Amino acid sequence: MNFEFSEIALEIRDQGRKYLAAQNCLPKVRAALEGNDAESDALWQGISDLGWTGAAIPEEYGGHGIGYEALCVIAEELGYSLAPVPFSSTAYLAAEALLATGSEEQKQAWLPKLASGEAKGTFALAEGVGALSPDAISARFVDGKLSGTKWPVADGDGADIAVVIARDGDDRIVQVLVDLSGPGVSRTALDTIDASRPQARIDFDATPASLLQSNEDPWDNVLSLLDRAAILTAFEEVGGTQACLDMATAYAKERNAFGRSIGSNQAIKHKLADVFVALELARSNAYLGALRLVSGDRDLTLVAATARVSSIQAFVMASSENIQTHGGIGFTWDADPQLYFRRANALALGLGPLAFWKDRLITALQRRPQD
Amino acid sequence: MDLEDTKVEAEYRARARAFLEANCEPRSGKITPAEPYQPGTPAMQAAKAWQAKKAEAGFAGIRWPEKWGGQGGGAIQEVIYAQEESRFNTPPRGVYEIGLGMCLPTMIAYATDEQLERYTGPALRGEEIWCQLFSEPAAGSDLAGLRTRAVRDGDDWVINGQKIWTSGAHFCDFAILVTRTDPSVPKHKGLTMFFIDMHDPAVEVRPIHQMSGASNFNEVFFTDLRVPDSQRLGAVGDGWRVALTTLMNERLAVGDEPRPDIEDLIAFVSDFPLNGKPAIEDPVVRDKVADWYARSQGVKNARFRAITALSRGETPGPGASIGRLVNAIKQQEMARFALELMGAGGIVSDPAMAPAQGAFQQSLLSSPGQRIAGGTSEILRNIIAERVLGLPGDVRVDKDVAFQDIGKA
Repeated sequence: MNFEFSEIALEIRDQGRKYLAAQNCLPKVRAALEGNDAESDALWQGISDLGWTGAAIPEEYGGHGIGYEALCVIAEELGYSLAPVPFSSTAYLAAEALLATGSEEQKQAWLPKLASGEAKGTFALAEGVGALSPDAISARFVDGKLSGTKWPVADGDGADIAVVIARDGDDRIVQVLVDLSGPGVSRTALDTIDASRPQARIDFDATPASLLQSNEDPWDNVLSLLDRAAILTAFEEVGGTQACLDMATAYAKERNAFGRSIGSNQAIKHKLADVFVALELARSNAYLGALRLVSGDRDLTLVAATARVSSIQAFVMASSENIQTHGGIGFTWDADPQLYFRRANALALGLGPLAFWKDRLITALQRRPQD
Repeated sequence: MDLEDTKVEAEYRARARAFLEANCEPRSGKITPAEPYQPGTPAMQAAKAWQAKKAEAGFAGIRWPEKWGGQGGGAIQEVIYAQEESRFNTPPRGVYEIGLGMCLPTMIAYATDEQLERYTGPALRGEEIWCQLFSEPAAGSDLAGLRTRAVRDGDDWVINGQKIWTSGAHFCDFAILVTRTDPSVPKHKGLTMFFIDMHDPAVEVRPIHQMSGASNFNEVFFTDLRVPDSQRLGAVGDGWRVALTTLMNERLAVGDEPRPDIEDLIAFVSDFPLNGKPAIEDPVVRDKVADWYARSQGVKNARFRAITALSRGETPGPGASIGRLVNAIKQQEMARFALELMGAGGIVSDPAMAPAQGAFQQSLLSSPGQRIAGGTSEILRNIIAERVLGLPGDVRVDKDVAFQDIGKA
């Protein structure tokens, strides 16, 4: 049994931890929160230079072809540091969608640029509030032109391309690729609960777009893309949970009340032990997701949904209990716990909320082969 | 990354599986309610016969030294065997778990070769069963507060006092026993360990009737029990360290989700009707079952990480310790939820009338014990907080006080 990352992946993780620590991301996250420049361009350049943007893109498309193990450990470090970069929308979604359903021409046109970090991508699915379902899609793709409104679109303001879910003239769901520098694109940055991962509204008005072909049902493609992204996001959430637990534990050791450190009280100990348990469950389920991603399993739904459920629960709980452990100071604007709380809650929604993934988990259980 | 065995592990697994296939039925969807063990009952005879068979085939004492009849193997073989065994319907391991997993390893560490020559073989073959006399009425979570007195008298010790929550004492032949030999020093320092014959007339065992209806635990009374000094394990006053050896031997919990487990619950809600459809179609049922499934898988996958560490000869990370904490409360929640679905009829536990032969009712009534036995969930949280997270210990007001003066200030 070898249920641990490879030496190479662990090296990438260590290197990532050191690099992002040196970048001191939290002040950048705070800058974004306060409407200032988060210096995310420099950070983006840095992680591109480290090869992260091309880690899972095959060499024939300009990537490094290291594979999903690398992407998992990078995700964990991005979550741990809260780095304000459009990595997930580019690497987990846009690049993955192109790899799964792009034509050779589409792949050649964009994957090398995504791999080098020269271009950023996003995935435009939602059209406002409400459940994630094909019924909620009304954007139109007719005669090579896309019209409609998508929001929220993660990192949509800075992206160069978008994979957009729309309906064709016959009302069928389609995936299309859009160059966002083209005509008929207007973008609005949105106020959100986590400014360090910006969201946009994108209005398309007869914007030129090209169809992403696939033999499978396009909505199945969407779900399968979400499954893969859910596993990677789970690693971000595991990283964030670990950061919250580390922060809360350190504070519980140094803060004194009633003549002793608050961490010697069982009320605090048991709370943090519960966070540890949630973290271990989430990490272990994310590991199985990584293993299935690496082994190229086509049906990832059960492991992805399981990882997603545990990791949402862990990060939301850890970020909330981190504030609670800090007491009043944890609720202040200037203290860091709020940054994790914002990220935890934003990540918990971005790929569809807990209820959506729990439902997917049970659906996957129901169609599990009986042995 | 893979979940595959190494070549050596695969060979071991194949050998274990072949042995089990030849001797047992595979696990079935039917949940058989656990039968309490009593001396001489068919269930006890089956457990004894199974232990003898395992010993003969080389699947008992997997980690014991070969010198004492063991296999000289590592934790990884033990885990592989337990994984395989959990796929079959075997007599539960409970009868032998404490003796072979905790008492005899303590004996191996502290008893003389002559004694081990006498005791290891019969224990391994299941002919003699051992229990562990640790907890007392006034010393549960705070084990070092125990009061059973051992007083030196010539070559013997004379022991008086009471133990409680002793699993299996009513069918055991021998036991290891921790006593207080010196009340004038702080509590951890005045303890001494012995092994004793449970059939001595000075030992009285009284089964405890548990709220679940079963009697797995006992009270054990000692009235002027004479034990030769040669049955002392470790130095006088060193009993705490010896007791820790015993507790450290608690093996990596494997397959410790008691049935009905998550798969049994999924089977139940897939079949049980709610509003004209299988209950699993109901959004509330989906929400809850997904929670329990994710937690159940988390424990299972954490174990894979621990096994990976073992397989590399490393010490498993702290994640291995979460299983009991997660599973205990989950069992209680799942059982209650299954009854909730049954409505008023869920009150009925009669196996002839209740779904799943009343297994969920029985699980509900035994679940509170899971949160207490072998260290309460609260103590487990303290251990995680102090040993894993490194949070400071609680203030201990009795730490440097002579045991006889505790509570007198």
